[in-house]
Amino acid sequence: MSTPQQYQPGAPVQDSSQGPGFPVGQQSGPPGGAPAPGAQVAGYTSPIPVKKTHLGHSLLSEWTKIRTVRSTMWTLAVMFLLVVGIGLLTAMALGSSDGGTTPVLAGGQFGLLLGQICVITLGVLVISSEYGTGMIRTTLAASSSRGRMLLAKSLVFFFVAFVTTTLASTLTAMIQSSMVGGQQVDPASLPEDRQDSVENGKLIATSDEWLDATVGAGLYVALIGLLALAIGAMLRHSAGAITTMLGVILVPPIAGSIMLGTGLKDTAEALLEYSPMNGLSTLFGTPMLPGDAALSGTGHLGLLAGVTVAALIGAYAMLTSRDV
Amino acid sequence: MIEAHGLTKRYGAKTAVYNLSFQVRPGSVTGFLGPNGSGKSTTMRMILGLDAPSAGQVTIGGRTFRQLPNAARQVGALLDAKSIHGGRNARNHLLTLAQLAGIPSRRVDEVLGVVGLQDVGRKRSGGFSLGMGQRLGIAAALLGDPHVLLFDEPVNGLDPEGILWVRNLMKKLAAEGRTVFVSSHLMSEMAQTADHLIVIGRGQLMADTSVSEFISQNSVDFARVRTPEGDQQQREKLVSTLGEAGALVESEEDGALKVSRLPLPRISDLAHAADVRLWELSPHQASLEEAYMRLTQGAVDYRSTEDQRSGLQQVAQPAPGYAQQGGMPYGNGALPPGQQPMGAPYGHAGAPPQQPYAGASGWQGYYPPQGQQPAPPQTAPSAPTNPEDHR
Repeated sequence: MSTPQQYQPGAPVQDSSQGPGFPVGQQSGPPGGAPAPGAQVAGYTSPIPVKKTHLGHSLLSEWTKIRTVRSTMWTLAVMFLLVVGIGLLTAMALGSSDGGTTPVLAGGQFGLLLGQICVITLGVLVISSEYGTGMIRTTLAASSSRGRMLLAKSLVFFFVAFVTTTLASTLTAMIQSSMVGGQQVDPASLPEDRQDSVENGKLIATSDEWLDATVGAGLYVALIGLLALAIGAMLRHSAGAITTMLGVILVPPIAGSIMLGTGLKDTAEALLEYSPMNGLSTLFGTPMLPGDAALSGTGHLGLLAGVTVAALIGAYAMLTSRDV
Repeated sequence: MIEAHGLTKRYGAKTAVYNLSFQVRPGSVTGFLGPNGSGKSTTMRMILGLDAPSAGQVTIGGRTFRQLPNAARQVGALLDAKSIHGGRNARNHLLTLAQLAGIPSRRVDEVLGVVGLQDVGRKRSGGFSLGMGQRLGIAAALLGDPHVLLFDEPVNGLDPEGILWVRNLMKKLAAEGRTVFVSSHLMSEMAQTADHLIVIGRGQLMADTSVSEFISQNSVDFARVRTPEGDQQQREKLVSTLGEAGALVESEEDGALKVSRLPLPRISDLAHAADVRLWELSPHQASLEEAYMRLTQGAVDYRSTEDQRSGLQQVAQPAPGYAQQGGMPYGNGALPPGQQPMGAPYGHAGAPPQQPYAGASGWQGYYPPQGQQPAPPQTAPSAPTNPEDHR
């Protein structure tokens, strides 16, 4: 109907003589299905040229969305307090007990275990709040590409979660290092592969430990949050998605611990080994199961990334096929 | 221009929209009418690509919504008000939508002014009233200066000033050459706004016509004629005389006759010639609302039934489908105000509610409950209870 050339600035084009362009009289209505004469007007074309949109527009929009709701600030602030606060308390407890051999930065994980629940909540809310409020219809009526919306949300959320979690865990690692590190330790009490944690008879954190406890932990929690976002996109319900994610986090270690004493030892060990909690513990050098761990910290990160990408693909498939 | 071809939407066993084909042309306001649950919103959602049709397709300027390169710049939509995250303020809500379509942020302040929300732009939309939510939704629809606009029940919750504003806004947008598609369940509202009407009931097209045509086709003038109370002979005589003269005579609940197709003087002349006295001869016009109700009568999904308090009277249901065959002017629940059956004219102050016709479809298949009606205390047999009388 509306071709760009037809635009004439200012005046709407009233052209009642333009008959042939319209298929008049094709109504198929049973009663009174007569065509409307008159009302034949050249279409409107906006004077502002229509630009083609791309992912950048969606990213900007999603960034505005995430920074303009209070839940973002609250969940991230609580996460920050939990990670740093519990890290500080742990460091105080560990620092006063002498002669420990646990890695220096290991105390940072307890705050993150709780803090990741905040990130999960935010991840779910980023998408499910749109369904809960009906905003999703407004969003998709403004931009019809659902895949682009999911991708933009995922990228923006991942960035926000990664940056804040890495900041919090870095601050915690610095606290651990200053309060727990430097204790006198006998190199003989440490296993072979941790000999580089001792410097001049004092326990220190190696550069690998630093990397795992800061960027590694940040990545891990951000990935958990992204998985929550994917679950939220699939379930479209905040409470349901948060509960599901809590189950994913809590059930494997609890079930594994219970089953260890029974005949299902292999299953129990697998549950413990591959649980997300163990992933975090492994990054801090204290895996749940003694002995040789099947996955390193990086291996756990890779596993979680794989699961998260699979969940996002599933969410995308459901998003494009379902009605909103 | 919006074009629907054989649009069908099924939710499980329920068919919400069935084989709907219509065109919405630019340059005029097209009203989309239908009772609650008739499939208006489902159709709107399918136009916007939110719901995928089970069959058929709907295109905007030849493309389906999902194929549009920058949808917000071409189609603006007000869906149910408050499709908004309540925690975000009005300005930021519009800003997210503007950024999505590459629209500069000064346009946000511009549309906030257009809808009169410039003072509350920094307030969270969760605290907005229904009317403010509607205005914000309209602002979102106008944001991209689109050539197609969809409004789903835009006047819901608006004050009279707001309703007038929306009406004028829609007319103005259409006059600029845009395609304006407005859904409503209020015929009276559409009569004042729309140029063209698309009426659906139970998901099917019932009318696709201009408003003026709809009015001329559906609002029938009639005369209300009342013969002396209790004089059955006079009444029958008049009915047959008028019938012979080509009039359509229907009986009303309180015993009056509704005569159409004859001018008033002619009725008077005929009555005089037949030597029938008249107690009342008054002109009436069926409103557009009544015409709309008559059209959609068979297609109303949610209808309140009258509380008969008698369980004994058999009520004939109107035939399913469009209740346009002949009469049934005020069938179930469609009594216009002031035409409720009343006992008052007969002076039976203490008589039990006598509503032999209420809820029944006039003379069609109605059989009076013999002997089940408490006899009125006075001699007048009140309203005629014989089906044959009504012609």
